Amino acid sequence: MLNNRKAIEVYGLNFQYPDTKESALKDINFSVDYGEILGIIGPTGAGKSTLAMCINGLVPQVIQGDLVGEVFVKGMDVNEGNVAKMSEHVGFVFQEPENQLSQMTVEEEVAFGIGNLGVPREQMEGRIKDALKQVGLTGFEKRSPLALSGGQQQRLAIASVLAMNPTILIMDEPTSMLDPKGKNEVYDVLKSLKERGMTGIIIDHEVERIAEYCDKVLVLSEGQIQMFGPPNEVFSKIEHLHQLTMHAPQVTECLHQFNEQFNKDVKLSTNVEESARFLENAYKSI
Amino acid sequence: MEPYISVMNVSHVYSNGVTAIKDVNLDIYDNEVVAILGSNGSGKTTLVKHFNGLLKPTKGKITIGGLSTKKERISKLSSLVGYVFQNPNHQTFLPKVSQELEYGCKNLNMSEEEIEERVNKAIELFELEDYLDENPFDLNSSQRKEVAMASIMAISPQVIVLDEPTTGQDHKGCERILHLVRMFRQHGHIVVLITHDMNLIGELNCRTVVMHQSEKVADDQADVVFADKGIMELAGLQPPQITSLTNKLPFLNNNKTYLTVESVLQSIKCNHKEEVKIATRT
Repeated sequence: MLNNRKAIEVYGLNFQYPDTKESALKDINFSVDYGEILGIIGPTGAGKSTLAMCINGLVPQVIQGDLVGEVFVKGMDVNEGNVAKMSEHVGFVFQEPENQLSQMTVEEEVAFGIGNLGVPREQMEGRIKDALKQVGLTGFEKRSPLALSGGQQQRLAIASVLAMNPTILIMDEPTSMLDPKGKNEVYDVLKSLKERGMTGIIIDHEVERIAEYCDKVLVLSEGQIQMFGPPNEVFSKIEHLHQLTMHAPQVTECLHQFNEQFNKDVKLSTNVEESARFLENAYKSI
Repeated sequence: MEPYISVMNVSHVYSNGVTAIKDVNLDIYDNEVVAILGSNGSGKTTLVKHFNGLLKPTKGKITIGGLSTKKERISKLSSLVGYVFQNPNHQTFLPKVSQELEYGCKNLNMSEEEIEERVNKAIELFELEDYLDENPFDLNSSQRKEVAMASIMAISPQVIVLDEPTTGQDHKGCERILHLVRMFRQHGHIVVLITHDMNLIGELNCRTVVMHQSEKVADDQADVVFADKGIMELAGLQPPQITSLTNKLPFLNNNKTYLTVESVLQSIKCNHKEEVKIATRT
């Protein structure tokens, strides 16, 4: 039984890379429930990727350094097992899909990861079919991964990870190389995975999308958690974000500036429709 | 006025038979900032690689400062058109920042004094004084990007091409890029941006060329292009979030397309003043 353990639990996590003076992560504590999507945001160098890699054990098992504290995935201590074992539970998608693709065809690409896990041949076909369906790449089986668009390549990288049936999917800036359409494709996949109960972590600089798609947002700066909560709550602390050289979604910034300039106290929102409503009502009162 | 870059009916077919750009016409004038938009694979990069002669047209003709790219050497063209790649690692390879800054000028056979003068100017503009002895690979990605841009700035080409300058940059990094684009322009350069970053184009509200399936499908100021729903949908583009918000605010002047938070606030203030004026008159 899983009892009351959460999908991800992090306690008192500190991490320091070799030959550095300062810790990359300082006293990190948070948890993610099953079926939740967590967005991690923060300035460059805040420790976002390091934190993400602590959750599947890449840090400190492959990328080494001094780690103090505990990370549990589905109640299992990540650093009691090894990264290979963890990959059955935690999938990881990187920024540049090309770095993650190596095979001649789309179906071989998806087969590669599960082959390495030792999934029996008779199960492979079904898993490949299912994974490609989840990311909308059915019919692309015989294509070369290199002949796909950026958005399709990133979705293929996600499918290869999904075929391993992970409970948790971590994506580190998966859309930064993509055009707007490709970005939507990736976020839509994330949304449909959530509907199927997947737990996810996504790192991105685009706060508009983070606010729209995530259940919780974690703000990291200089290795420390600055804020952690639902998007509306985090992005409403807009002055704190500005102090951290960050910003809120454009609609939230707009409401905030409206308040500043007309000395009002309109509630901040990250949602376009809601912001329009708030602003329209407030306009009548100035 | 003569255009500095003139693309005349240019097509490019790669050796594998793929047509990457088709019948493109484009004139770019001194002091312009031009954004090239379009989905991955629409032909943006192929088009711009013609500006410095990295690619030659299969059909048609391109002139840069009056010189045909077909006849000129790449070394000459690269002194006129500087290219800052998306990934600074692709153009950084020397052990010290100072060497990196000199490299382009040295290749163009400039005199010692001229190199010094130009490099010093770039150091000043990019505030790199404290980093000159550092190895570029010990810097973080935004600093390395600055070094790559400063090296191009040192050559002082008339045209500066920025390929996806804000990709992977945090908010501060994006603001810095915005500042640099404006600075390049102030120093008299033409800036060509290849980008997916709609917020960046919104802030600049610059001339915007949209590529779709190898063809140029739009060429106008950003607010005009972003208001054209047909083009936006065709090319798979989305305006900044603030534009969607203003479309739902009937009290704003709806003949205008808003691309920035500041412009919306400005407009609310003006509207408000007008209404107060009318109210006091009656």
